[in-house]
Amino acid sequence: MTDATVTPTGRQIPDRLVSPLARALKSWEMLLLIVAAAIFIANSLASPYFLDPWNLSDATFNFTEKAMIAFAMAMLIVAGEIDLSVGSAIALCSTVMGLAMAAGAGTPVLVLLGLGTGLACGAFNGLLVARFGLPSIVVTIGTMSLFRGISYIVLGDSAFTGYPASFAWFGQGYVFWVITVELVIFAIAAVIFGIVLHRTNFGRMVYAIGNNATAARFSGIRVERVKFILFLLTGLMSGIAAICLTSRLGSTRPSIATGFELEVVTIVVLGGISILGGSGSIPGVVIAALVMGLVTFGLGLLNVPGIVMSIIVGGLLIGVIALPRLWTMIRRR
Amino acid sequence: MLAETERPVLSLRGIVKTFPGVRALDGVQMDLFPGQVTALIGENGAGKSTIVKVLTGIYQPDEGQITVDGAETQFPTAQAAGDAGVTAIHQETVLFDEMTVAENIFIGHAPRGRFGLIDRKAMQDRAREILASIGADLNPATRLRDLGIASKHLVAIARALSIDARVVIMDEPTAALSHKEIAELYELVEKLKHQGKAILFISHKFDEIFRIADRWTVFRDGQFVGEGRMAGTSESELVKLMVGRAVDQIYPKRPARIGKPALTVAGYCHPTEFDEITFTLHEGEILGFYGLVGAGRSEVMQALFGITQPSKGACRIGEDVRVIRSTAQAVEAGIVYVPEDRGRQGVVKGLPIFQNVTLPSLRQTSRNGFLRLAEEFALAREYTQRLDLRAASLDQDVGLLSGGNQQKVVIAKWLATRPRVIILDEPTKGIDIGSKAAVHDFMSELAAQGLAVIMVSSEIPEVLGMSDRVIVMREGRIAAEFEGEAMTPENLVRAAVGIGAQERGEAA
Repeated sequence: MTDATVTPTGRQIPDRLVSPLARALKSWEMLLLIVAAAIFIANSLASPYFLDPWNLSDATFNFTEKAMIAFAMAMLIVAGEIDLSVGSAIALCSTVMGLAMAAGAGTPVLVLLGLGTGLACGAFNGLLVARFGLPSIVVTIGTMSLFRGISYIVLGDSAFTGYPASFAWFGQGYVFWVITVELVIFAIAAVIFGIVLHRTNFGRMVYAIGNNATAARFSGIRVERVKFILFLLTGLMSGIAAICLTSRLGSTRPSIATGFELEVVTIVVLGGISILGGSGSIPGVVIAALVMGLVTFGLGLLNVPGIVMSIIVGGLLIGVIALPRLWTMIRRR
Repeated sequence: MLAETERPVLSLRGIVKTFPGVRALDGVQMDLFPGQVTALIGENGAGKSTIVKVLTGIYQPDEGQITVDGAETQFPTAQAAGDAGVTAIHQETVLFDEMTVAENIFIGHAPRGRFGLIDRKAMQDRAREILASIGADLNPATRLRDLGIASKHLVAIARALSIDARVVIMDEPTAALSHKEIAELYELVEKLKHQGKAILFISHKFDEIFRIADRWTVFRDGQFVGEGRMAGTSESELVKLMVGRAVDQIYPKRPARIGKPALTVAGYCHPTEFDEITFTLHEGEILGFYGLVGAGRSEVMQALFGITQPSKGACRIGEDVRVIRSTAQAVEAGIVYVPEDRGRQGVVKGLPIFQNVTLPSLRQTSRNGFLRLAEEFALAREYTQRLDLRAASLDQDVGLLSGGNQQKVVIAKWLATRPRVIILDEPTKGIDIGSKAAVHDFMSELAAQGLAVIMVSSEIPEVLGMSDRVIVMREGRIAAEFEGEAMTPENLVRAAVGIGAQERGEAA
C-alpha cells in the first residue's frame, strides 16, 4: 500500500476544549438523575411504605422487562429505525413456549425456544427493513399485528398455564436477599449494551448511521448489516423479556404484554435518545427506566388508579422532553 | 451591435450576485427581445442558473438593474417575477405528481368562483384552451403522475403560458427528451415566438442552439463575454468565447513519475447511466475526468466505489481482479471516493471531527472491536494537521466547519485508510480559495508519492492545471482522451459538447 505521507504544515488542534467530566455534568443524563432523585425523595415523603426494601424490590418489576428491550430499542432508534412489534413478539415467544410446555418440554427447552422465537421475529423485521429497504415503522406496525395475530389463532380465549416450577425462577426468583433475577438481568443487559454502544466499533457505526446513513455508506460502513443486527438484538431482548414475563405471570394469554412497545419507546425517549436518531446514551435509558419505575410505584402506593397513572406518565414524558427547549426559550427572552 | 429597431422586453445591466467566497455573477448584462429566442451559453459554473434565479425572483441581485419595457423594476419574490410576465421551465420541472394537469397549470392562480372557491369548470376549460394553443393533446383531468416526461414538459409550458408570460425561460428543456419530443418542442418554441414571447433558451447542445436561436449571449465565470446574432457566428467562435482564457491560476502540479497500472476498468456498463467505460489509471498519475454536468462521470466513479453495481464490466486493482459490491469492499481493495455532495455523502454531521476521520479506519484504531480513543485522536490529529485543517478542537461537530474544512476532513478520512486509488469528485466545488489551494497542493503531493488519483472536475483550468491526462465524457460514454499538447480548453469543450472532433489526442 502506498504510504501517503505529507509534510505537516497545519497548526496543532486540541483534542478537546471541554473535559468529558464537564460535559457529563451538563448532560441530559444529569438532569434525569436529578429528576429521579426528586421523585425518590417525594415518594419517600408521600408514603411510609416506600422505603421498605421488599416493596422497592417489587417495584422493579414495573420496569425491568420493558427496560431490557429498551436498551436494544435505544440502539435501534439511535440508528434511525424503530421496532413497534416488541410487545407482540413477546406474545408470540410466550405462545411458542406455552405450546412446547403443553407438549411436555422442560425449562431449558422453553428458554431456548423463547430466545429463538425472539431472534426469528427480529430477523424477520430486519430482513424486511435492511434487505428490502422498507420503512421500519410500517414494517413493524405490520408485524405487530402479525405476531400477536398468530398468538390469538393459537390460543383464542384460552391460556397456557402450568409452567414447570423451575421455570418460575426467571420471573419470581431472587439472586440474594431482595435482588430479583430480573433486576440482575436488567443490570447485566445495561452494562453489555452500554459497552456495545459506547465502547465498540459497532456502536460508533450505529451513531454514524443514525446521523447520516448515506455518508456512513460512503464511508465504507455496511449499513444494512448493522441495521439487521440491531433488529436481531431487539428480537433477542424481546425473547428474554418474554421468558421473564411468562415466568412471572405463570401463564400465557394472547393479550400478554399489550402496549409494551409504547412504554419501551417512552423509556427510550425519556432517556434522551433522539427519536430522529443519532444521539443519546444507554446510561440515560437506565435512569429513565428507574424514573418510570419510581413514578408508577409511587403513584401505586398512593392508590392512584391506572388510568390516571398513564396520564401522569404521559405528562411527565412531554414535560421532561419540553424542559430543555422551554429553558432555552426563556433564556433567549 | 444590437439596438437596431426593436426594443428589448427585458434587460439586465450590471447584475452582481455574490455568495460566501464566490462571485457567481459579476456585472452581467442581457437583453431579451419579443418574438426572438436568445441562447445563453456558458460552461458549468458560468452563472447561467444564477441568472435564471435572479430573473425569476428567487435570488436578489446585490447590484445592477432589471428593466421591463424600459421601466426599471425589481423582482423581490417569485410572485413579482410572475406578475411581470417572466416564467421559467426548469431543468427538472417543479410539478405536482398527485394533482391533475389543470391543477398543475393553475396552481397559485386558479380561476375563482363564488365564495372564493376554485371554479373547477372554468379551470378545466381554460386549461383545455391553453393546451390546444400549444398543440398538446392532453386531458386536463389526467393526474400528472400518469404522464411521460415529455407531456409533463408540455404541462410546464402550459403553466408558463397560463400566467400570460412575456418572457419564457427554458433551462435545458431537451435534456430528458427523445428525438421526436425534441422536434415537437422546437415547433412549440416557434409557436411561442410567433405569439411574440421573448424566449431565453439555455442549452449545452450546439446543434439545437443553431437550430432555434436568433441571438446568443455568452457568460464565463460569472461575467458577460459577448452577445450577437446567430446569423454570422460559428461554433468555434462561440467555443472560444466560452473558454477563452489562459490557465491563469498557478497549479502546484509536480512532474509525475507514472508507475504501474493501479486501476484498470474494462467495459463498465450501466443500464441507464453509462456505457462501455474502459480506462487505465497508473500509480503517481492524476487522471482528470471532464464533461458537462450529467455526462455520467460521478455515476462511473460511484460504481467503482461500490455504491451502485455495473451491469457489465470488470475492474482490476493492481494485479487482482476484484468485484466490488459494496463500499466496504472498495475501501478494503484500496479505492476511496471523495463525493461531490459533501454535506450529504461526505461528512457525518452530528459526529465530531475525529470520529469522522476514523470512521473507515476503526479496525486500525481499535483492539478486538473495542474503541481506543487515544489512538483515534492520534490518527485524526496526524491527518487533519497535514491537511491544515482549521478547527477549534477535534471533538467539535464536523457540521460546524466551513465547506472547505469539511472537505479536508473527508480527504483526511480517506488518507488515513492508506488507499491506492483516490477518486475526488469536484473536490474544490464551492470551497474558498485558501482551502482550494490546500486541496490542490495535497493532490499533487499524494500523486508524487505514488498514489493514483482520479479527479472529476467541471472547471477547465483545474482539469488542465492538475491532470497528467484527461478523459472527456459525454452522455455516459468516453468521448475522447487527451494528453500533453492536446490538452487545450477548446479540445475539452468540443469533446464535451460533441462538436465535430479534431481530437489530436489519442481517441479512446
